[in-house]
This record gives sequence, C-alpha cells and structure tokens, in this order.
Amino acid sequence: MAREIERSGIPVTMMCNLIDVAKTVGANRMVQTVSVPYPLGDPELSKEAEWQLRTSRVGAALDALATKVEEPTVFPSKF
Amino acid sequence: MKAIHYINQFFAGIGGEDKADQTPIFHDKLIGNSNLLNGMMPDIEVTNTIVCGDNYITNHTDEALKEIFAWLDTKEFDIFFAGPAFMAGRYGVGCGIMCKAVSERYHVPVITSMNEENPGVEEYKAVAYIFKGGRKATFMKADLTPMAAFAEKIAKGEELLPAAQEGYFPRGIRAEIPQPDGIIAADRVIDMLLKKLNGEPFQTELIIPKMEKIPPAAPVLDLSKATIALVSSSGVVPIDNPDRIQSASAQKWGKYDISKLDNLPPEQFKTIHAGFDPAAMCAVPDRGIPVDAMRYFEKQGKIGKLHDWFYTTVGTGTTQAFAAKFGKEIAQELHDAKVDAVVLTST
Repeated sequence: MAREIERSGIPVTMMCNLIDVAKTVGANRMVQTVSVPYPLGDPELSKEAEWQLRTSRVGAALDALATKVEEPTVFPSKF
Repeated sequence: MKAIHYINQFFAGIGGEDKADQTPIFHDKLIGNSNLLNGMMPDIEVTNTIVCGDNYITNHTDEALKEIFAWLDTKEFDIFFAGPAFMAGRYGVGCGIMCKAVSERYHVPVITSMNEENPGVEEYKAVAYIFKGGRKATFMKADLTPMAAFAEKIAKGEELLPAAQEGYFPRGIRAEIPQPDGIIAADRVIDMLLKKLNGEPFQTELIIPKMEKIPPAAPVLDLSKATIALVSSSGVVPIDNPDRIQSASAQKWGKYDISKLDNLPPEQFKTIHAGFDPAAMCAVPDRGIPVDAMRYFEKQGKIGKLHDWFYTTVGTGTTQAFAAKFGKEIAQELHDAKVDAVVLTST
C-alpha cells in the first residue's frame, strides 16, 4: 500500500516493527514501532510514559514527511 | 499425449496489423508454425491450431475466452502451447492470457516463449512456463526447440529441473532439493563463502525476487499547512466492522470518519487483525492508529490538518496483489481529497 501511495506522488512514512521487511518492499521513509501487538504504545508503561512514546514516534514520522530523502531512510525517535 | 497450439493472425498467414481484430478461428489441421512444433515432438501430437487476432484477445478478452472455451471444452488435450511471441507485446500478452486461462480451467501444463523485454513476461511468468526467446521471428525454430524439448520431458515423465536449467523465466516457486550432487548444505555454504572471499562469482540458493523501487516522493514543504492522512494495516475498525473486512487475507479496505474524534475510544473501535494478540490494541485503539497523537500535533500547529477519514485493512496473509490494489484505490481517494502526505502504521 505504501508503495502505491508513494508512486502516486504522496509521501508516506511507514511506521512498522520489522524495518528490514519495510526496506525490502520499498518503503522510503520509516520509523520503527514498539511491537507488533501495540505499535504505538506499551501497556506496561504509565499513561504519561506511553503518551510520550506515542507522540515521539508519530512526531518523528511527521518530521520524516517534511524531509527530503534519496534512498530508504530510517528516522530515529527519542523514545 | 495430445496438444493444442495457439497462434496469432500474423503467424497464421491471415494478415498483419489490419487483421488484428480477427475473432478466434479453430482449425482441425495444423496451421503456420504448428507444423514445425509438431515435427519436433515424437511423443506428442499437436492436433489443432487456434488462431486469434492480437487486438481481439487483448481488448475483448472475455468474449474471446468464452468462444475459445466453448470449443476447447469439446477437445481432449494434455498440454497447451502458445507462440512463440518474440518481442511482439500484444502477442505476448495474448499468449499469456491464453496460457493463464487454459491452466486455470483445464489444469494442463501451459508452455510459451517470449523475449525478456516482452511485457507478457512480467505479467504471466508466474502462471506459465515462458521460455526465454529471441527478439524476432527469425528465432522461430530456436525458440520452439526448448518448448518442444520441455514438453517431451513432461510427456515422458522425466524430472523437471529448476527454471534456470530448463531455460524458462523463474515462476517464483521455491522447491526443496535434498543434497544436490550429494553435497550437504554445510559444504555448499562454505564453498560459497570461499568463492566470495576469493572474489569469484557464486550463486545463492535462496534468491529474493527484486522489488521494483519507487523513487521517494518529494517532501511536504510546510507541515503546518499540510493535510496528513492515517492509513493502516493494523485492522482497527469500528467495533461492528461494518464493511466486514476479513481478519486475515483481506480482500478489502474501509475508510472511517474521525472528523469529530480526538482519539479512538475502545467502545467505538477495535482491531479485527488475526495476526497477533489483539488485547492491547482493543484496549487502546490509538496504539494501532494514533488519532490522539495526530490530533495533538494538529492542535499544536505542527501539522495543518488531520484528514477527516482514516483508511484501514488487515495486513496478515494479504497478498501483494491485493495490497497493491488497496494502495492504488486509497491513493486515488487521497488525491481527490487533496491530502498532502500519509502516516501508514503497520504491525
């Protein structure tokens, strides 16, 4: 899906757990998620810590959309 | 064994481009290069030639197949041939259409030949034995020869070797070959490593098909004015799954209105994804599709607007063909809605 949306000219940040798989299928902007069952959260964390985690990763994904890339690039997140 | 052979209007001697709308003709004798093919196979008799115009088979596929099936249903055959199509694009696609349809309906081996640049190769190599052929008709005998030799192996029940050894385009099938040449895997991998260290060429046994690369789209110039959409394969849907999206091997996607929501409340949304324990995501659906974080960034002014709809499906077991279809359809929606960029969450 990311490939076809990107092919149509709309930039996509793919948030995924298995970065190598995302690279293989041709995603160009990537942010790693926490896990498969809870990509953008963690039931073990406090509400505050989980919110920090989620906003940090989504924030990184948004920054990626505004960044020019030449090749598949993984964007780090602070939390 | 018996075989039937499909060729186009040109190789049947009917005519060129001006006769490309020719409807199917069924011959009870052999026409054109069917004779040459038949002469190459002592154990297989080519009984009939089907002729069809390239435009007719590619532009009126349903009608053409209906006519051809009605006739083929009355015939007995064990193998089906088409072409060779060389670099002729529409002929190659026509051969591919025929091979695919015959294989699906009659479950017999289907054999054709095309040049590597024929668009029929990419489209049909997974569903037919497409032998690597020459660029033009002067290769007729050379291209028919491996098609015939391979069919003879099938007729005699001989062992069929991997694509590279037989000479057809790989179909994307992996087969297990226990100890080829009696050499165990540990020895083979060390041989490979030694070759690599010595800078010699070596061939991996586990070929990963190369994916076509999509050039990165240009970045959003000003996030604070951009409309960003959420797309996801996490299977988060309204709690009654109104579009009945499948929990695995999805064949559809859905879009749902979030214009009045600041998050995805668990009373209204859940995940139907069958590929992981859904408890954590059902408890807080924003863990799968982060509407809350996106709304936060919208209020902060980091982004201009969170798009009013999110787009969702289930990623587990879903074929690349369906995923590509979903992607194309969603992309169209996004363009129509003037969305600037996408955050796509997957599991």
